[in-house]
Amino acid sequence: MNDLSQGLAEAIYRVATLDPELVDITLRSLQVTVTAVVIAAAIALPLGAWLAVTRFWARRYVIAVLNALMGLPPVVVGLIVYVMLSRSGPFGVLGLLFTPTAMIIAQVIIVTPLIASVAHQALRDLWSEYHDLLISLNTTKRQRIATLLWDGRRALLTACLAGFGRAIGEVGAIMIVGGNIDNVTRVLTTAIALETGKGNFSLALGLGFVLITLAIILNLLIHSLSRTERSNLW
Amino acid sequence: MTLRFISCVLAVLFPMLAHAETVRMAVTTSFENSGLADVLLPPIKDELDLDLQLLVVGTGQALTLGAAGDVDAVLVHSRAAEDAFVAAGHATHRREIMYNDFVLVGPSADPAAIADATTAIEALQRIDRADAVFVSRGDDSGTHKMELSLWDKAGIAPDDLGTSYQSVGSGMGAALNTASGLNAYILSDRPTWLTFGNKGDLVLLFSGDPALFNPYALLPINPSRHSHVNADAVARLEEWLAGPRGKAAIESYTFDGQPLFVHSAVAN
Repeated sequence: MNDLSQGLAEAIYRVATLDPELVDITLRSLQVTVTAVVIAAAIALPLGAWLAVTRFWARRYVIAVLNALMGLPPVVVGLIVYVMLSRSGPFGVLGLLFTPTAMIIAQVIIVTPLIASVAHQALRDLWSEYHDLLISLNTTKRQRIATLLWDGRRALLTACLAGFGRAIGEVGAIMIVGGNIDNVTRVLTTAIALETGKGNFSLALGLGFVLITLAIILNLLIHSLSRTERSNLW
Repeated sequence: MTLRFISCVLAVLFPMLAHAETVRMAVTTSFENSGLADVLLPPIKDELDLDLQLLVVGTGQALTLGAAGDVDAVLVHSRAAEDAFVAAGHATHRREIMYNDFVLVGPSADPAAIADATTAIEALQRIDRADAVFVSRGDDSGTHKMELSLWDKAGIAPDDLGTSYQSVGSGMGAALNTASGLNAYILSDRPTWLTFGNKGDLVLLFSGDPALFNPYALLPINPSRHSHVNADAVARLEEWLAGPRGKAAIESYTFDGQPLFVHSAVAN
């Protein structure tokens, strides 16, 4: 209990004084995760829509695999990306290991299946509503996908926020591929792991409260900007 | 517009391109958890204009990173593993920088009475006889290797200790957290123990045996194996650490007036 209240006080103090180290690692957390979610969404949303409007023999298997990959263990993803990017691995010449780029790559792999799967489920229902209309208008597949993506944007936003939530709180993969280097790849979650290792529970908890608050503020901000839960359904 | 967007994306993806010279060094968790890293990094940045990037891992993983060429240098504390590393050609040489010692930490009630032991080996034998809980790093780190060699010299196989031997497979700080929670005995390096923030009921019970000597050495990665290694910068770093400025910085780091690391490098 003492650690908890001290952690809360620590968090408030560091936020109030705009502690430069805290600002630095918070911005890096956001930079890595927002970039990863943007890239993942660019891949996953069209993929989800394509899966909703296309019928082919392997579709149910692709969807089953996608759903299973939602639970990809981050530490395994981290290990695979690490082995790929290591100087003795296939992409070693790029020198990307222990950089924010490596962390972004790992997070893209972790969140893409999640966003694609949630997007597909939302758009599948929308597609059953739109199916007759879009077919009768003789639309191309590209137009159908674009229509679904635009009209389903609220649900897709939720899919992206779920991806953001998974990525911002993730520590296993980015610890391995980023290495938790001070001022370079240290983000909120790896800093929490480090401070716990030092036995500084109050600082670790303080960083944890900052992380949770950040996730809540960002979600509220996006919801208010996109005016969800206000007007009619669409 | 498109061009600007692409350059923005690139700037986000590759923020490291515009930086000063950087050296990546894999160090042991005791180096970082003890707080020495925070003392050494600023003067290295100021005086050598080097961004020293530390990867904090156990000695075993640090050597693996070095062998793969993922770091420019390794700073670890396990003599036998270091000599094998140099012999295998992964590093150009071994330069001893500093030392401190290991200590045995345990519950203040000291059920195994290791405070009365005369040697570290006897202390471990007492822990075994009392069937007291012992937390092991279990992560192939320098501290773990030291602990295993002590058990070996004591004629005890840790596997035979059963449930009273808890191998946690994590860094020094995390292992100390576990020992604190279990109120168990543990082998730690002195600086990490002294600066550790969650001691609970644990106290320092045994130290001073020469067998607990703990030297730290720098191993520059062999540039003929890995051409991308920043060997010049590592050489400058080595001279700085071994020289008078490194000595002053390392020995300025004290806890309650005691230096935590003793500089031992011989300047060229």
